[in-house]
Amino acid sequence: MQAQAEVLTTWNDVCHTDDLVTNSGVCVLLEGKQIALFKIQIEGNTQYFGVSNWDPIGQANVLYRGIVGTLQGNIVVASPLYKEHYVLATGQCLERDDVSIQSYEVRVEQNRVFIATL
Amino acid sequence: MGFFLLKIKVNEMTLSSQQQQRIVIIGNGMVGHHFVEQLINSKADYHITVLSGEGRLAYDRVYLSSYFTGKTAADLALTDEKTYKQWGVNAVTGAWVTDIDRTHQVVTTKDGTVYPYDKLVLATGSYPFVPPIPGNEQEHCLVYRTIEDLESISASAAQSKIGVVVGGGLLGLEAANALKSAGLETHVVEFAPQLMAVQLDAMGGSLLKDKIEALGVQVHTQKATEIIEAGEQCRYRMKFSDGSHLETDMVLFSAGIRPSDQLAREFELAVGERGGIVIDNQCKTSDPNIYAIGECALWEKRIYGLVAPGYAMARAAVASLTNNEGEFAGADMSTKLKLMGVEVGSIGDAHGNTSGALVYTYHDQPAGVYKKLVVDEAKAQVLGAVLIGDTSDYDTLLQYALNNIALPDAPEALILPSSGDKPLLGADALGDSATICSCHNVSKGDIVEAIEGGSCSLGDIKSCTKASTGCGGCSALLKNVVDAELEKRGVEVSKAICEHFNHTRQELYHLIQVENIETFDALLEKHGKGLGCEICKPAAASIFASVWNDYILRQAHQPLQDTNDTYLGNMQKDGTYSVVPRVAGGEITPDKLILLGEVAKEYNLYTKITGGQRVDLFGARVEQLPAIWQKLVAGGFETGHAYAKSLRTVKSCVGSTWCRFGVQDSVGQAIDLENRYKGLRAPHKIKFGVSGCTRECAEAQGKDIGIIATENGWNLYVCGNGGMKPRHADLFATDLDDATLVKYIDRVLMFYTKTADRLQRTSVWMENLEGGLDYLKSVVIDDSLGICDDLEAQMQHITDSYQCEWKTTIESPEALKRFRQFVNSDETDSNIQFVTERDQIRPATSAEKYVGQQAIPVDII
Ligand SMILES: Cc1cc2nc3c(=O)[nH]c(=O)nc-3n(C[C@H](O)[C@H](O)[C@H](O)COP(=O)(O)OP(=O)(O)OC[C@H]3O[C@@H](n4cnc5c(N)ncnc54)[C@H](O)[C@@H]3O)c2cc1C
Ligand code: HEM
Ligand code: SF4
Ligand code: SF4
Ligand code: FES
Repeated sequence: MQAQAEVLTTWNDVCHTDDLVTNSGVCVLLEGKQIALFKIQIEGNTQYFGVSNWDPIGQANVLYRGIVGTLQGNIVVASPLYKEHYVLATGQCLERDDVSIQSYEVRVEQNRVFIATL
Repeated sequence: MGFFLLKIKVNEMTLSSQQQQRIVIIGNGMVGHHFVEQLINSKADYHITVLSGEGRLAYDRVYLSSYFTGKTAADLALTDEKTYKQWGVNAVTGAWVTDIDRTHQVVTTKDGTVYPYDKLVLATGSYPFVPPIPGNEQEHCLVYRTIEDLESISASAAQSKIGVVVGGGLLGLEAANALKSAGLETHVVEFAPQLMAVQLDAMGGSLLKDKIEALGVQVHTQKATEIIEAGEQCRYRMKFSDGSHLETDMVLFSAGIRPSDQLAREFELAVGERGGIVIDNQCKTSDPNIYAIGECALWEKRIYGLVAPGYAMARAAVASLTNNEGEFAGADMSTKLKLMGVEVGSIGDAHGNTSGALVYTYHDQPAGVYKKLVVDEAKAQVLGAVLIGDTSDYDTLLQYALNNIALPDAPEALILPSSGDKPLLGADALGDSATICSCHNVSKGDIVEAIEGGSCSLGDIKSCTKASTGCGGCSALLKNVVDAELEKRGVEVSKAICEHFNHTRQELYHLIQVENIETFDALLEKHGKGLGCEICKPAAASIFASVWNDYILRQAHQPLQDTNDTYLGNMQKDGTYSVVPRVAGGEITPDKLILLGEVAKEYNLYTKITGGQRVDLFGARVEQLPAIWQKLVAGGFETGHAYAKSLRTVKSCVGSTWCRFGVQDSVGQAIDLENRYKGLRAPHKIKFGVSGCTRECAEAQGKDIGIIATENGWNLYVCGNGGMKPRHADLFATDLDDATLVKYIDRVLMFYTKTADRLQRTSVWMENLEGGLDYLKSVVIDDSLGICDDLEAQMQHITDSYQCEWKTTIESPEALKRFRQFVNSDETDSNIQFVTERDQIRPATSAEKYVGQQAIPVDII
């Protein structure tokens, strides 16, 4: 299974780590899709997250400009329009069960940032 | 057998009579039971006998109707035989008393058993009044008072389709609700012209009628029933005096109650003209060995048909028997309830019967809300109130009425819906004797006592005073009082701003200042947990800016900013930004106006004049902002902070320079003030206004800081605002010279910045200051805290360290990196599309975007 997943996943080089802002977001364009990229430093660890930049409730491409934080143990971004929270790891909306956004796997190698597409 | 056993009891009692007084209570209703409970709690040495006329011991009559929603007799029980036995109480059920021999001090029940007493308590309650209508004794003509009545009603309802309740008072409506939930077509027949005539005025009654009819219960007012005879379609037909009739299968009488005073009449205790056993303040009847309490008692010509006054009587009687203090002093008959989902409240003199009483009313017909406030001639006190459709003001009004709290200058504010300045009753406005919980008669003093006795949480206080464990209506007030009292004693009450910091904004402000904290990470490490969130981060950023007045986009602060602050513009619905340069005092040169026009044209921005006397350019994409500002800054503009919680605008009228009425140069003053305070980051936005004379064309009294010119200088107003809940500013000081004016404003604003809560505007902040306007005056004018020098120095620091954020940003390549839609592409956000309307752009709707081709994509510049 592991091997197969490796085969199907494409890792796309999107930017340099210097393009990222710690504990905040930037946006990349990948195959016509807008992806919000976050670099989170928490308790000494650095983690990277990618989610769709489209705010499904505010109907605009703005999520990378939201404030990131923790809420009930989740690392989240708050929409800059109406302040709903999205869990960065899963794309789940904490306020609305019926809403979620696409999340992407992110990997950093030799100061380059890669995003997985299938 | 009962006879025999009881005989033995009699002997026992006689034996112990030397030491132990015998007390006999007739009736084991709610009040009779409360009396027993209180007497047991008092630890007085009495031999207690309870004679219950019903076949069971005391139960909760107030919640009787819940029987129809599934409660059983056992659920409603207030006590049981086991409990009474443990207390040593001799309780007998089915013991209807028929005879009192006052000379020999014995009572006899209908089976002939004799009970001697030293003290006798009549707690016989009342019985339902059935109007003397021919036909009222038929099988399906019922009343609503006991559990047995409910059983009969259920049985009858099962064989009926239509039910009529006679009587549109509180109980009648409750009974109607019961019939309706039993699935019957329900009617209410009321003799008076309105419903709930005791508690409500005509307007309130008619609104209630509308609401209840909307729920499917038909209400017939002004109907006098003449006879109940056999019906044609239904079991019965009720004929009314006006010739009309109504067919029904059952009739439920709820036409009022009458005190059960038969024993008193027969054995010559004083009774009132219209019934009721006369009692004094100790609840003694005309025979000093006999007490009467509850609904059978008449105090000062009044019968109290509610349970709380009955409990108060029971306590007074126990106090008298145990030689303790505590007299019955009348009781409040205010009620708040939900009748078939309709909120209804009535307080004190709801009809305005007091001589000289004045009335305020508020009526919102579409929403079905009616409120009436009755005050005394001097407009100093609340006498009564009627609330229909919205009882949210009930608790506050009741406190005003019960504790004679002095009314604010505009009493109508208490019932108006939008009053932001509705005076909230602070816990300190209440005296120690103020009743907090009327169900359990808990005063503020009792709560203070509990706290002194070691209770230190809301839960503790609830369980030790019982406050808020009855109807629950007092819970908000209780929390208020408890918080205030705990705080006074230095116990910390959580007002934490969010889950990451266990501190208030004001505390964070102090920590940042005192510990010289300059970054969010340092603050989080020392005082917080987690990563922060969109609540604490901007709050901290704002404090950093207030305290250090750092460049807002410094690397470490960046991730903290609300997106509006990060991108130094207001985000609009499509993710574009608006550009609002500062136009101090609204004064602008033609050249600058032209520049604005040129920039707007070049970048194809939508242009509008704002309410704050400046120009707003909409539709700028994030990557366009630096270039736009580059041009504006080069032309002499600076940021307008329209995106920030900070000074927005100082609006001015044209003043004495041009206006024929003006007495001072309002424009000059406005420009100076705007330039002085323009960099100040505060808990919320701040707006100023300056008018050149009393005509007040700049509407300065609607601003946080309002200044109005006088012949001799300036009048200063503070803490007003427009917006959702407008509030007029309060006059703070008069005829100030320029220097004093600035000094006072420095102090007010800095004090606000340091002590207000996050997102608290000046108006709310001042209202929450204990002591309000007077306190603020004493701090600012009299320097009562001795901090004025500091406040001025800090303001001076902020003024001196001002920098235009946009100027600094466009000079920093690092900061400019943020203004990109994509870090890996120069493309623009394809979702941002405009169409033309009235010769300017506006965002395309999603339908227009779908059509696609017609939309004008904005060129990349
Ligand atoms: C449906 C309903 C809803 C109510 N809702 C509310 C409410 O929301 N709020 C509120 O404050 N009040 C309400 N009340 C009123 C409240 O129930 C009464 O105020 C309270 O029960 C009065 O208590 P009491 O002990 O004085 O009288 P009762 O509860 O009537 O008790 C008197 C007892 O004495 C017995 N008795 C009488 N004569 C004799 C005799 N000669 N020998 C032996 N026993 C005798 C009776 O059988 C009865 O059991 C409601 C009443 C009803 C019926
Ligand atoms: C996202 C929310 C908001 C945005 C983007 C916004 C934007 C603006 C802007 C750009 C102006 C022009 C002011 C200037 O010239 O600087 C303005 C004026 C005003 N705003 Fe808002 N505003 C918002 C929310 C509010 C709220 C919540 C209130 C009420 C509490 C409010 C009350 C006002 C008032 C009263 C004015 C007129 C000021 C005057 O006439 O002097 N705004 N707003
Ligand atoms: S407030 Fe007075 S000075 Fe200012 S414009 Fe109006 S009338 Fe003129
Ligand atoms: S009043 Fe409402 S719609 Fe108008 S600018 Fe303010 S927030 Fe927007
Ligand atoms: S007033 Fe009813 S519980 Fe306190």
